[in-house]
Amino acid sequence: MWVRLGTVAAAVLIAVTGCGSTTSTGGTVGSPPPTANIKPPTAIGPGEGQLNLIAWEGYTDKSWVDQFTATTGCKVRAKYAGSSDEMVSLMKGGGGSQWDMVSASGDADLRLIYGGDVKPMNTALIPDFNNFQTYFKAPAYNTINGIHYGISLQWGPNTLLYSTKKFPNAPTSWNVLYDTANKGLVTVPDNPIQIADAALYLMKTKADLGIKDPYELTQKQFDAAVALLKQQRPLIKKYWATAGDEITLFQNGDVVVGAAWPYQTIQLKAAGAAVADTIPTEGATGWGDTWMLATNATHPNCAYLWTAYVSTPKVQAAQALFFGETPVNTKACAEMEALQAGSCAQYHADAPGSYFNTIKFWKTPIVTCPDGTNTCVPYAQWQTAWTSITA
Amino acid sequence: MSVTTAGRLRKNRGAAPLQGLFWRLPWLRSVLLLLPPVAWFVLIYLTSLVLLLITAFWTIDTFTTQIVQVWNLDNFRLILNEPAYRLIIGRTVGLAALVTITDAALAFPFAYFMARVASRRTQTILFAAVLLPLWASYLARVYAWILILNHSGILNWSLQWIGLPPANIGYTYVAMWIVFSYIWLPFMIIPTYAAMERVPETLLEAAADLGAPRWRAVRDVVLPLAIPGVVAGSIFTFSLTLGDYITPILVGGAGSTFIGNVVYQSVGIANNVPFAAALAIVPVAIMAIYLLIARRLGAFEAL
Repeated sequence: MWVRLGTVAAAVLIAVTGCGSTTSTGGTVGSPPPTANIKPPTAIGPGEGQLNLIAWEGYTDKSWVDQFTATTGCKVRAKYAGSSDEMVSLMKGGGGSQWDMVSASGDADLRLIYGGDVKPMNTALIPDFNNFQTYFKAPAYNTINGIHYGISLQWGPNTLLYSTKKFPNAPTSWNVLYDTANKGLVTVPDNPIQIADAALYLMKTKADLGIKDPYELTQKQFDAAVALLKQQRPLIKKYWATAGDEITLFQNGDVVVGAAWPYQTIQLKAAGAAVADTIPTEGATGWGDTWMLATNATHPNCAYLWTAYVSTPKVQAAQALFFGETPVNTKACAEMEALQAGSCAQYHADAPGSYFNTIKFWKTPIVTCPDGTNTCVPYAQWQTAWTSITA
Repeated sequence: MSVTTAGRLRKNRGAAPLQGLFWRLPWLRSVLLLLPPVAWFVLIYLTSLVLLLITAFWTIDTFTTQIVQVWNLDNFRLILNEPAYRLIIGRTVGLAALVTITDAALAFPFAYFMARVASRRTQTILFAAVLLPLWASYLARVYAWILILNHSGILNWSLQWIGLPPANIGYTYVAMWIVFSYIWLPFMIIPTYAAMERVPETLLEAAADLGAPRWRAVRDVVLPLAIPGVVAGSIFTFSLTLGDYITPILVGGAGSTFIGNVVYQSVGIANNVPFAAALAIVPVAIMAIYLLIARRLGAFEAL
């Protein structure tokens, strides 16, 4: 997860020329996804002996993959991607049959679904699905009109990380990231989806903008979020690209506050740094990862076997502690406690359903707004705007 | 002499038909000799460059990131119209120029000492010292600078020790400037040294005979003759800085994006190869202009 390189750039055209091109420019939900009518299998057949995955680095760690291969005979071959955008481009580039599955994050999911790169999955074939947190059975980023385009895996919040020396009391608001008192002492991820964090903050602090969802912004709301980030720019010491960057910045005292993942807090605390993290009153954004099945997957049985395997409490717990993320399987809590006492509560694996209302999970911004009109700002423009903010 | 020649002729008789062919068609030998490198050059280098050029005139569908093969100038228009890209290009070229000037200023006295003052033995030691950093990995050397320049690094620790306030130059332009200048310095010293070493001692003696003091001989004799070497070195330092994207990621702060970073992110992350291609043409064009100027200054005679 932490290897996700930040995205700065990306360039995009202001408008795509109409000449002979019938493709959409920003994703509309006017028509259902191209693969919506593909019926998923009703039973898992014998494994094909191989499984090709695109994953976050380490999502296919030996410590749980070896046992999977031993029991199913499916040899796992994984290609690690550095960012959500890279995952999307790998899925497009392979011609569709090179890969069987991708462990996509919410901000990539809709692009894959509406691009026709992934197809519906049958949740009945995943025994542990019933033990999932209700929210993750059908989150908006992977389930459309009741059709599941993948099985949720793990999630995590984007937290506010701070130095306890500078802030003896936990900050209660994200405004510390926009406060000129912290000039040159702030770090945030180098990722266009960061615009949603600004939108989330504005949602609570500037109610008159009328932001309902930080990923579905009208041009006016979007401009306000971008303006806020441009204001924030002089306060930034560095836009971090990898979790390791941020850890170094905090360790050396170059920054005192920043947006982070729980992973960084765990690593810094383990190294003895005086830091803590919190979710401020405005709530937080978060990521949710999903194993998605490629439309032209050549090893679908191994893919289902794999998804069922990584959904089991034991593997969920092992992976969660390996990365500092939270399992979607509620039964994983006990396994986590067995591996590391106190970890279940620390990672909010036992959180009540209401907790998920405070987390706005990453999803691809598309032109279709919540009210059905096509006036929202699509992701391509987020990328361009991010370049001009950070340049 | 004649015996050996005869012997050689006898020995080569087995290859006579081929040799005869080469004798009748003198161009054939050159063609065979040059075919592999030329094929390599054309296929790998020129073809990829041409493909790059072509791709730059296409665009992608912004949602699905598929390439749309419709000819247009949108990518170039975006580069020209979007202030962010002008800023990035200006920053990259500006820092590359600054690094080049810094390296030239540092390399000149060093190369002069090596070529004209130092004893043979000292010369060898200095030469090894210049090349030594190139043995270590680029990344290790950049990371070493992070340890020196960051907030609780060696620099601030030393400043504090002698009672001075800390210098916060970690993750700034200054940090990038220092690291780039350090990393590419050997590439400036070596051609400058080569140019200076070729200045005949007799010229300096003639200058001395005509009553020029040492500094005057350096200014009026060594400096003009060393300029092609400095220009040759500047091609390295300028183009290497222009194309780099790792140092900005590692030691740059907010607003340290280089052309290379945008190219890297456009390809690897946004899957927008056409835009990356369009932007990659910018340093190619800048270097082409730079090389034309360098040629006028006689840099290629010193390579």
